[in-house]
Amino acid sequence: MSFELETAISPEKLRRVAIDPVSRVEGHGKVTILLDDDNKVHQVRLHIVEFRGFEKFIQGRPYWEVPVMVQRLCGICPVSHHLAASKALDMMMGVKQLTPTAEKVRRLMHYGQILQSHALHFFHLASPDLLFGFGSDVAARNVVGVIGAHPEIAKKGVMLRKFGQEIIRMTAGKRVHGTGSVPGGVNKSLAPDDRAELIKDIYQMVAWSREAVGMIRKLFEQNLAEYNDFGRFRSAGMCLVSASGAMDLYHGGLRARDIDGNTLFDHFDYGRYWEVIEEDVKPWSYMKFPFFKALGPDDGSYRVGPLSRVTLCDSIPTPLADKEREEFMAFDGGSVTGATLGYHWARMIEMLHAAESIKDLLHDDDIVGHDLMATGQRQERGVGVIEAPRGTLIHHYRVDENDLVIRANLIVSTTHNNQAMNTAVREVAKKYLNGREITEGLLNHIEVAIRAFDPCLSCATHALGQMPLEVAIVGADGTVIDEATRDNRGLIHEVRAID
Amino acid sequence: MNAINIFQLDGEDIPFRQGQTIMQAATRHGTYIPHLCWHPDFSPYGSCKLCTVKVNGRFGSACTMEAQPGMEVENRTAELDDKRRTLLQMFFVEGNHFCPSCEKSGGCTLQATAYELKMMSPHFDMFYPDRPVDASHPDILLDFNRCIMCGLCVAASREVDGKNVFAMGGRGLLGRRVHVSSESGKLADTDFAVTDRAASICPVGVILKKRKGFAVPIGERKYDLAPISEQVKESTP
Repeated sequence: MSFELETAISPEKLRRVAIDPVSRVEGHGKVTILLDDDNKVHQVRLHIVEFRGFEKFIQGRPYWEVPVMVQRLCGICPVSHHLAASKALDMMMGVKQLTPTAEKVRRLMHYGQILQSHALHFFHLASPDLLFGFGSDVAARNVVGVIGAHPEIAKKGVMLRKFGQEIIRMTAGKRVHGTGSVPGGVNKSLAPDDRAELIKDIYQMVAWSREAVGMIRKLFEQNLAEYNDFGRFRSAGMCLVSASGAMDLYHGGLRARDIDGNTLFDHFDYGRYWEVIEEDVKPWSYMKFPFFKALGPDDGSYRVGPLSRVTLCDSIPTPLADKEREEFMAFDGGSVTGATLGYHWARMIEMLHAAESIKDLLHDDDIVGHDLMATGQRQERGVGVIEAPRGTLIHHYRVDENDLVIRANLIVSTTHNNQAMNTAVREVAKKYLNGREITEGLLNHIEVAIRAFDPCLSCATHALGQMPLEVAIVGADGTVIDEATRDNRGLIHEVRAID
Repeated sequence: MNAINIFQLDGEDIPFRQGQTIMQAATRHGTYIPHLCWHPDFSPYGSCKLCTVKVNGRFGSACTMEAQPGMEVENRTAELDDKRRTLLQMFFVEGNHFCPSCEKSGGCTLQATAYELKMMSPHFDMFYPDRPVDASHPDILLDFNRCIMCGLCVAASREVDGKNVFAMGGRGLLGRRVHVSSESGKLADTDFAVTDRAASICPVGVILKKRKGFAVPIGERKYDLAPISEQVKESTP
């Protein structure tokens, strides 16, 4: 099936506008828009043009190497991959419960990651649109413009991110691509000196995070109609929740609700995620399209990430963030909970939750403990799921009797959001581009919708050799000279060559 | 006679006993001469050529050349370090050395030497050789992608363990490598044990104890603590 505006009926008659690359997102992607002579939009696609191969090239490698290797998928949230892989391999090692120190050190690392990634996205990538306007002067619509016009806001963004990066360095050994988490536990706890150093600044970080929530709330109040309606569409959602139904970004069971808010599954054991989630493929994107099995590929797409997490959880286990969640849910009769730009608000609530959680962990003596590793009865496979900054992240490995990885499947946060992002940009294209002369400012509206999801396109394109592709060589007169397709088994079909 | 003999190494007096090589005397004195295949506990193999020095103006291997009174030896000169850097670059491109995900990173002699000699890039085209991983042994993993053919595992297995588990074999740039001396070629079919000297001799990430990777945190690994040139030891403790 094709969604509305996914595939034009007669694309050869249409004019093509491309946003290439999409800017201020992680990784490389492009948007193509097909318009007729009256500038009516007929097709909009978010293409992911990167090509990675992690699922393939970790095959044949020893399992203990995996948490360090797969985090190289990304330079922005490597900790998420590092921890998801470690959790999967905990399960493979039969470790059902980490030592208190190991779990708390991993959580600290993870909250540091959430803090730095959310700060980076909001202050560096998204704030130029929000502070200056979606169609404002492109020369100033960037982080340098924010530094010039709002130096205090920019400085807080930089310092929040730095604090998160320091936590990662102190727990993983390096700010990017460390080695702290190993299958079965961690290789170090927090050093007492580092703990003291972090405690000095954490209260400021909590305060700045609260200010950030206030800032996005104020922007909503000032632009309520536009923000609420921008790229709005109804969607199902999924996230991890704790046993009590509260937000838990590190561990829990899967909760999913359909487009009407009905529960599809709750506290579902993620070790059997394939019973509820399946991945669809489309020939025009390297990124897969996951869907809920119960609803099928046509109706089963869903959203993950801050907006799903904040709206699906019953509560947030830190007081300031939970109060903000309640206000968010009640704001304007709950309208923001379905707004694409509501992602930004939810993201800042999570940043506050991360800061509060870091504060609690720093005051817990287990964080400097010495009992780092646990053992168990070896299993054949392991699944690790974590709530990464951008959403639910699934790592799944099978390991042979000689300790080598024989199969891997990664469903990355941005991949879950693939259909949702495409729907959002189509909604924006319909509303803002239809029938109008295309300008840079109008095209930026498309990017604003994509940025709301904070996609990490490099993370999301990790498959190798299995993605279906269509290739066509088109002559200057528009005739197709040669074309070929590759199916999802990697087989080439329908090769046609014209002499 | 017991008279102390002296030679000059980069202008410094190095005492030596009759029969000692330049490398042995320098190491005893605490002076670093870059090397990969030499190890104080084993006979010199002379394969890596990284320890090449200039003796009275002529090139020679410090690990095999006996020290003589009055020798003037050049070691850490710009000319020699430049040639050593080129040799290192060749080592890196001939194998598959992916430091970012290698558990030996931070404790690897090849990596530490590259840092010491300020190697900034591989310079040459990568060979990407297709080398097997042998995970058949219950306690040891062999990842031949990282082999620099130093021969230390061959020597340790033969001279200390008395087992001859490893041997050099094959021909040519891509064909020659360390082999396991069993009919199947698999380590599981030898009497190799995790307690063997050969199990802990590899200067790079070929012979690895299974399920121990990344146990030492960044900041506490061998060459995190001090550069290789400041860790000159006469023998393994």
